[in-house]
Amino acid sequence: MEGERGVIVMSQVAAGYGRTEVLHGVDLTVPEGRVTTLIGSNGSGKSTLLRALLGFIPLWGGDIKVEGISVKGLSRREAARKIAYLPQGKNVPDITAERMVLHGRFPYLDYPRRYRERDYALAWEAMEQMDIGQIAQRHMAELSGGMRQKVYIAMALAQQAPVIVMDEPTTYLDIGQQFRFGEMARRLSREGKTLVLVLHDILLALKISDQIAALKEGKVLCRGTPEEILEAGVTRELYGVGVKPVETETGVQYYYEEPTNL
Amino acid sequence: MRRNRKRGLLVWIGAACCLGAAVLSLCMGSVFFAPWELPRILSGGGSGMERSILLYARMPRTLGALLAGGALALAGAVLQNVLANRLASPGIIGINAGAGLGVTICCAFGVLSGFRVSLAAFGGSMGAVLLIFLFSHRTNASKTTVILGGVALNSILNAVCESVTVLDTDVAMLSIDFRVGGFSAVSYARVLPAGAVILGAGAVLLTLCNELDVVSLGDETAQGVGLPAGRYRMIFLALAALLAGAAVSFSGLLGFVGLIVPHFVRRLAGSESGRLLPLCALGGAAFVTACDTAARMIFAPYELPVGIIMSVVGGPVFLYLLIHHRGGHREMAQ
Repeated sequence: MEGERGVIVMSQVAAGYGRTEVLHGVDLTVPEGRVTTLIGSNGSGKSTLLRALLGFIPLWGGDIKVEGISVKGLSRREAARKIAYLPQGKNVPDITAERMVLHGRFPYLDYPRRYRERDYALAWEAMEQMDIGQIAQRHMAELSGGMRQKVYIAMALAQQAPVIVMDEPTTYLDIGQQFRFGEMARRLSREGKTLVLVLHDILLALKISDQIAALKEGKVLCRGTPEEILEAGVTRELYGVGVKPVETETGVQYYYEEPTNL
Repeated sequence: MRRNRKRGLLVWIGAACCLGAAVLSLCMGSVFFAPWELPRILSGGGSGMERSILLYARMPRTLGALLAGGALALAGAVLQNVLANRLASPGIIGINAGAGLGVTICCAFGVLSGFRVSLAAFGGSMGAVLLIFLFSHRTNASKTTVILGGVALNSILNAVCESVTVLDTDVAMLSIDFRVGGFSAVSYARVLPAGAVILGAGAVLLTLCNELDVVSLGDETAQGVGLPAGRYRMIFLALAALLAGAAVSFSGLLGFVGLIVPHFVRRLAGSESGRLLPLCALGGAAFVTACDTAARMIFAPYELPVGIIMSVVGGPVFLYLLIHHRGGHREMAQ
């Protein structure tokens, strides 16, 4: 990772809610065209860091630059053209999957905002990428949690931003879909997209990430390649659970070690 | 990509229902006009009495019913989408309680009818909405705060209103008239200024359909695609307040229409605002106008309050829809 251009550069970021500071001086560089995953226990500040990156909450200190521009100076629309975001908690609106994905094109519309043929074409392309063309006319509320999640990911893809930020994107996906999500993340990365993910599935994070940043109590405890994170024994410090790499015929596979202090 | 072409057909059906209800409203009454006589009378034909009845008794009433029905249904649909709550209606942002208090105070000062009563109702509703806005602004117009703030303010304003009516029984009678709602005292002087507000707010709203849909996706999703959700929620609340405030200023409190018409239209057209809003406006206008005609005719020469007819017709239909609607229950989950 060293020496690569950082599309997102966070320096001494402090932020929080009300009077509670959650992030205490986070430094992190996200390299362009790579998958960076944030890991950490509940309440460690992962989602707060994403909200600060997206400009949803003000920075109390430090700065975050996206493609060299401070997020403090970006309008909501400019930020949406640079970063597509898949939030953790989502409404289930009573609209069709097609319409939902189409709203990913919203940052590109001018008043009075009406979707054009190109927007429909790009939305359809994103749905085909996620293999959800067959449910285009179904209502969101009629879909299973996993299918909804795929629609939301398609919406983020339709946004065509160079950076895609996803907060726990594998929630509601079955194990097969989780693997397919991993493949899709790698493919997007190969196509030049920069991905920032929050994952609780450490094995998936180790498998698909180029860089992992471990957060603890609002600070970056450690960051590096999956191998470096493994060697540092970070998962044991964060969760009390170790991870063991095992060489197999199909490559390195990771397994959780039984915690000894249950 | 397949586009749903049903919308055009539904709009034409809605427009036809509206036109039908308006023609019926103009024709029916103690003096009956055949529909084909209307153009002749309106263009200066017929007797002076016929022209007077049509132009000065029936026309403002029909216009009032169309405008109030359309505005209240539109405001209800917007509030339900913005607050992600299917129980939302204009009353939830203090419209009814504010207008009720405005009229009660106006009556207490001896102004019992006419344009000043409309102005008091409109002013009262806008004042109440403003209080909720100021309260909600501190929380970036959070949906829950708007709803809870509305409930609390409604309670306070209704208590003040009740106190005034307990002290003065004449005021109580007039206040009850306003609360039941109706179009018997409607005149051009009351309808036209409110109509201008309704048409203006409605036109702006129809240009913001995609924004309304994006706001209803939830704050973080909306902000993620570049829409400042809190700011737009305030804009939509303000437009809904203008529509409903202008409507109740001459119609009284016909709150039920803002709840049931959007529910009915959603069953037919779904919740996408581009389809929902025009159809709600047309559906609300047709429903209130038809109910007003029924209210005048059922026990003629006596007149029933239109609010009662609406509840008697709309209530069972609403319950039926809740039990038998297509596709199971589509709640707006958080």
